[in-house]
Amino acid sequence: MRTDAAGVAPLITGGKRPADVTRDVCGPLEGRPTGLWYLGMAVALSAFGLGALAVGYQVANGIGTWGLNRTVGWGFDITNFVFWVGIGHAGTLISAVLLLFRQKWRTSINRSAEAMTIFAVICAGLYPVIHMGRPWLAYWVFPYPNARGPLWVNFRSALLWDVFAIGTYFTISLVFWYIGLIPDLATVRDRATGWRKKVFNVLSFGWIGSARTWSRYETACVLLAALATPLVVSVHSVVSTDFATSVIPGWHATLFPPYFVIGAVFSGFAMVLTLMIVARKVMRFEDYITMKHIHAMCKVLVFTGSIVGAAYLTEIFTAWYSGNPYEKFVFMNRAGGPFAWAFWIMVSCNVISPQLLWFKRVRNSVLAIFLLSLLVNVGMWFERFVIIVTSLHRDFLPSSWAGYVPTKIEMGSLIFGFGLFFTLFLLFCRFLPMIAMFEVKTVLERPAQAQPVGSLEAGEEAAA
Amino acid sequence: MTRHLHIGYFDDERRLLGAARECRDRGIPVVDAISPFPVHGIDEALGIRPSRLPWVTLVGGTAGAVLGLLLQYWTAGVNWPLNVGGKPLDSFPAFVPVAFELTILFAGLSTAGALLLRSRIWPGRGVRRGFETTTDGTHALVLEERDASFESREFRELFLRHGATRSVERAEVIA
Repeated sequence: MRTDAAGVAPLITGGKRPADVTRDVCGPLEGRPTGLWYLGMAVALSAFGLGALAVGYQVANGIGTWGLNRTVGWGFDITNFVFWVGIGHAGTLISAVLLLFRQKWRTSINRSAEAMTIFAVICAGLYPVIHMGRPWLAYWVFPYPNARGPLWVNFRSALLWDVFAIGTYFTISLVFWYIGLIPDLATVRDRATGWRKKVFNVLSFGWIGSARTWSRYETACVLLAALATPLVVSVHSVVSTDFATSVIPGWHATLFPPYFVIGAVFSGFAMVLTLMIVARKVMRFEDYITMKHIHAMCKVLVFTGSIVGAAYLTEIFTAWYSGNPYEKFVFMNRAGGPFAWAFWIMVSCNVISPQLLWFKRVRNSVLAIFLLSLLVNVGMWFERFVIIVTSLHRDFLPSSWAGYVPTKIEMGSLIFGFGLFFTLFLLFCRFLPMIAMFEVKTVLERPAQAQPVGSLEAGEEAAA
Repeated sequence: MTRHLHIGYFDDERRLLGAARECRDRGIPVVDAISPFPVHGIDEALGIRPSRLPWVTLVGGTAGAVLGLLLQYWTAGVNWPLNVGGKPLDSFPAFVPVAFELTILFAGLSTAGALLLRSRIWPGRGVRRGFETTTDGTHALVLEERDASFESREFRELFLRHGATRSVERAEVIA
């Protein structure tokens, strides 16, 4: 790897100039989609279609089509909800927290990571709505004047806090992402012809890049980042209070908010790695998303994975130290009960597998990192499954104990989320610039000095 | 009224900065500098004051917090007082999460809205001609010829001295 005088590898390789960035990023949007894109779209749309059939069947016939029972009232639905909200967190972390910390490597991946956030939050938001059973009444969760009294929503419930947290998170993420897109949409507009020019003319808000606008724009981006940072911490904290404010052993823990936030960042970075490793190969972005970027994300993965491991140990220690027989039983039951297989999948994927990155041979193999990121995705899905199902299925009274087996319809609802997410992501790759061009242009390696003035005068074409 | 503009195009932001600084030092009116990415130092060279957007954020956020708390207090404690788990009607600790989210929501939306309005950018707004390449890799410096003290030739010379690749003279009608 080429390094500069200070011995630091450049962020963007290949000696790119600003015009090269424009060409490399806009090029794939202007030609025809590749065969690989059509293949990916076919798979994603099939999954989405299959999932939509399952969800449609459930909405038509009721929640009874799921494997939930009186004891296990939450299963795949809330597992999927928490999983997808968590996935979103890495996008905000990369775009907002790393902006505040001036981490320049974020510029290559922040656009796609933010898109991932928005699509993941869309998936997340759909599960509680599906779970309502009568999704056409979903607007009842909002406090609006109604003819029933007016009967207001219960602001003391963590479930309602979720409505506001997820709603705000989606809105602010979308606004932040779109504002970040405007200068690049203008770049696409200025290269486009025909109907694409008309569409991007509307989308780019008449942007040309005036110095005054840039000045305000940068201020606004820092402000939005400063708002999004506490927001992202609050969102998964609020999600964790869905569990922590209840009296269920295994849920009722003050550890939950930080434990959920760090788990969310962990799973989100795994998903960013999964997506970026595929994208850099398929879109030929190896010069933009370099091994340096992948290694930076791997470091985050090891760090957050270790904290997740520490949180598991803390939970177990607290259960033992509390002296509460119900708490103790929950954790014994997790590790050795009917769902022990899920618990050990969770531990091996989340705690053990990221530690393999300490080995140089593992972290220098893109394939190994890709497989690791998939394992973490699986492990974090199971974490939510373990938290929800194992805490519920053994009630306080043994006469209420129950099992939980998801039905085919629930399996379909799991596939629905992945189908929707990848459909949206592939559409994004096809129609919008995947890399924040204007931000990458500011971190390019520049010649130490501008070329001597005289050498350019030959190209003068002064129009008087 | 017509104004007489001179536009110089540069390939490197350091050249743009050099030309902009000379204009500032010699008192030549700069209409605008247009760049494909934010150029550090251009604010100072053009005399652009720090943005006042943070004030909008502050006002928006405060409004969100106050409205959020009022909404919850009024609905849960005044309009239809409801006993939930024996908690007091004005159970403010439980109102914190929603008030916090509304603070962020109002602050964020007002910041974004103010940015668009103040910068005069919105969906479908037309693009000023002559700046088709400034979203790619070219920087443009727009100067105004106000009186006869500075001739067209001198503008062109100024641009070329700083390494402009192209310079254009244009009369623009402003309402």
